[in-house]
Amino acid sequence: MRSERLRGAFLAALACLFLAAGAHAAEAGESITDTSVDWPGWSGVWHVASLRDYNTRLVVVSTTLLGASCGMIGSFLLLRKRSLMGDALSHATLPGIALAFLFLVAAGGSGKSLPWLLAGAAFTGVLGFGAVLLVRNLTRIKDDAAMGIVLSVFFGAGVALLGMVQTMPEGSAAGLESFIYGKTASMVLSDFYLLVGVTGVATVFSVMLFKEFRLLCFDEAYAAAQGWPVHTLDALMLAFVTAVTVAGLQAVGLILIIAFLITPAAAARFWTERAATMLVLAALIGALSGWLGSSVSALFPRLPAGAIIVLVAAALFILSLLLGTARGVIRRTVRQGALRRKIARQHLLRAIYEILEPAQSGAPEIHNGFVDLDDVLRKRAWSAGELARQVARAERDDLVAERDGNRVRLSDAGFAEAARATRNHRLWEMYLINYADIAPTHVDRDADAVEHVLGEDLVNELELALEQRERERAMPRSPHRLAGG
Amino acid sequence: MDELTWYPIDTWIVVIGALSAVACALLGSFLVLRQMSMMGDAISHAVLPGLAIAFLVTGSRTSIAMFVGAAIVGVLTAVFTQWISQVGNVDRGASMGIVFTTLFAFGLVLIVRAADHVDLDPGCVLYGAIELTPLDIAWTLNTGGLTLGVPRAAIVLAGVLLINAAFVALLFKELRISSFDPALATTLGFNSTLMHYLLMTLVAVTTVASFEAVGSIIVIAMLIVPAATAHLLTDRLSVMVMLSALLAVVAAAGGHVAALLVPRWIGFESTSTSGMMAVVSGMLFLAAGVFAPRYGVLARVRKE
Repeated sequence: MRSERLRGAFLAALACLFLAAGAHAAEAGESITDTSVDWPGWSGVWHVASLRDYNTRLVVVSTTLLGASCGMIGSFLLLRKRSLMGDALSHATLPGIALAFLFLVAAGGSGKSLPWLLAGAAFTGVLGFGAVLLVRNLTRIKDDAAMGIVLSVFFGAGVALLGMVQTMPEGSAAGLESFIYGKTASMVLSDFYLLVGVTGVATVFSVMLFKEFRLLCFDEAYAAAQGWPVHTLDALMLAFVTAVTVAGLQAVGLILIIAFLITPAAAARFWTERAATMLVLAALIGALSGWLGSSVSALFPRLPAGAIIVLVAAALFILSLLLGTARGVIRRTVRQGALRRKIARQHLLRAIYEILEPAQSGAPEIHNGFVDLDDVLRKRAWSAGELARQVARAERDDLVAERDGNRVRLSDAGFAEAARATRNHRLWEMYLINYADIAPTHVDRDADAVEHVLGEDLVNELELALEQRERERAMPRSPHRLAGG
Repeated sequence: MDELTWYPIDTWIVVIGALSAVACALLGSFLVLRQMSMMGDAISHAVLPGLAIAFLVTGSRTSIAMFVGAAIVGVLTAVFTQWISQVGNVDRGASMGIVFTTLFAFGLVLIVRAADHVDLDPGCVLYGAIELTPLDIAWTLNTGGLTLGVPRAAIVLAGVLLINAAFVALLFKELRISSFDPALATTLGFNSTLMHYLLMTLVAVTTVASFEAVGSIIVIAMLIVPAATAHLLTDRLSVMVMLSALLAVVAAAGGHVAALLVPRWIGFESTSTSGMMAVVSGMLFLAAGVFAPRYGVLARVRKE
């Protein structure tokens, strides 16, 4: 554990160093390339934030919408452990764009008709997605390799086709490049309508089909057994992913749309364990990164909007990773610390109780008394310092009443707690010995509430077995000493 | 249709393509078996900030600085991916996606700041310019009146290929066990985490060395496709590694020929060799998927 934490700290330091180096490099770069940044005044900020400017309004609203719907649909992908499918899919659109362009030119057009290009993109995108499923289902090749094959082969085909297109004398193919890097800042009204239409439809339908999609994500086999059209649902989900990917190609570019599909959903996952909440949160985080990112890039026209949006989303992801209330790192660390302290306390109390036991063997009831800490040290794999810490903590919690040099006596509450912990521990041990075949699903890890989990009859039965076992010495010994000697 | 004319430059293109393809394919088998195929894709996108930072720091386009910068960021991609998926308990695919898109975006921002005055074209990074590499002659051999200019890319890639081959040959046993059963490897006393990062380092170095010459699309394709094809043809890892290298050579040669021939059939000049190499390797995979003696679709249909 400790070495792992150390490594984490080391990596964090490395990351900071790296980022610092980046910032430094950026400063150094100014002398070479003279890319001074003009900081906008408050009026500029207000101008962008209030969406006065027509072009800004178009860009900000459409990236916000796209972020919301990508976040939502990305959540389904994340829950199905298919996050990188967006990656494969978006690369697989390239040959479609090139093919559509070729056909349009062959048909006598200019080749720059957006709906046709997007239809081509969607076509090969779906083809690629289908190829991934085919390879995975028909051969021994796993998911990741199937996606990699489709991604590289389709993208390679796209590059080859674009290579041909660019040698064509008629109709320049220059604009096709914008599909790869995005042209967020130069969006026009028709792009906007298309984007709103596609994301709107995809969002509304995935909300309507939420219950079905959720079951598909969590338990596909169960959904199939219930008689649901699993393949149709899968295909529908794929259609929505394709739709938002293709619509988003222009807004944030082929590579950066992947981030929109993955990052908000992964960030939302840290805040909740409920799928519905996660969906809403992912949509909000996606919308927020779209809005903030495009606003910032409107303030600094030199910065590419798509990249800024991704960086904002990444920042939100890191915040969620640390602060998330359900699975965030800080929350988990605190929870683990509390659990560790609780276990250590139980170990201490049980060790003291089990030292008291043999000293009073034969008596009808064990009484509280002084215990030598050296005996405790022999019983547990603790260092002297660790033991001293545990005893001090128990004193703070009023579990230890008196301390006399190296000897301690538990308080009444502490002794009761010790007796309870020992009893529960032995009952669980007995249960595991007798019912090992069904045990794993029924064992409560912190051995606290035997009665709650197992029921009264079973607990009585276990207690009887425990008593009997103490009388018969022929039974195999447990790794922990059960009673007296 | 006129005849295909083959110049010495075409031979060099095939040689350079094959060197980089084999270098990738040697590592590919282990990536495919470890289910980390997408790592090549992630690294090849993520190295962008490394290139940009190296440029901004040194102020020049010298290969060494760029190479070091990109290789460091490539390794960091693997480290961050592992870190986020462990610390945050995130699905590894998702954490890979987050890391590489973020690094790519960061790189784009840096590159836009740098590229106003300098030719540091992201398109060149992605597609590569294999057709131009033979023109950059680093070394001239003079053997009995026959002058032979060896392109710089060929030397660099041959070096990387040698390193990868040595890595696979020397650590074959360790790589095999840690790929199939990391827990067993740990019990047997060698560090499978170290193996993982060594492999990732070499993937990063190979990626960087290759895409300067041939573009990242070849790297991504050659890391995965030949190894996956070989996986369909054999159950022995040693055979799989050698087969994938062979398939990579076939794809490289076939890709360049196809790039020269195929466009002519439909009335174009020629096209990108990188793209065609990926397509040819895809065709080989398709053939193996259908006709492979044991794991092909046909064989399995016949069995049923």
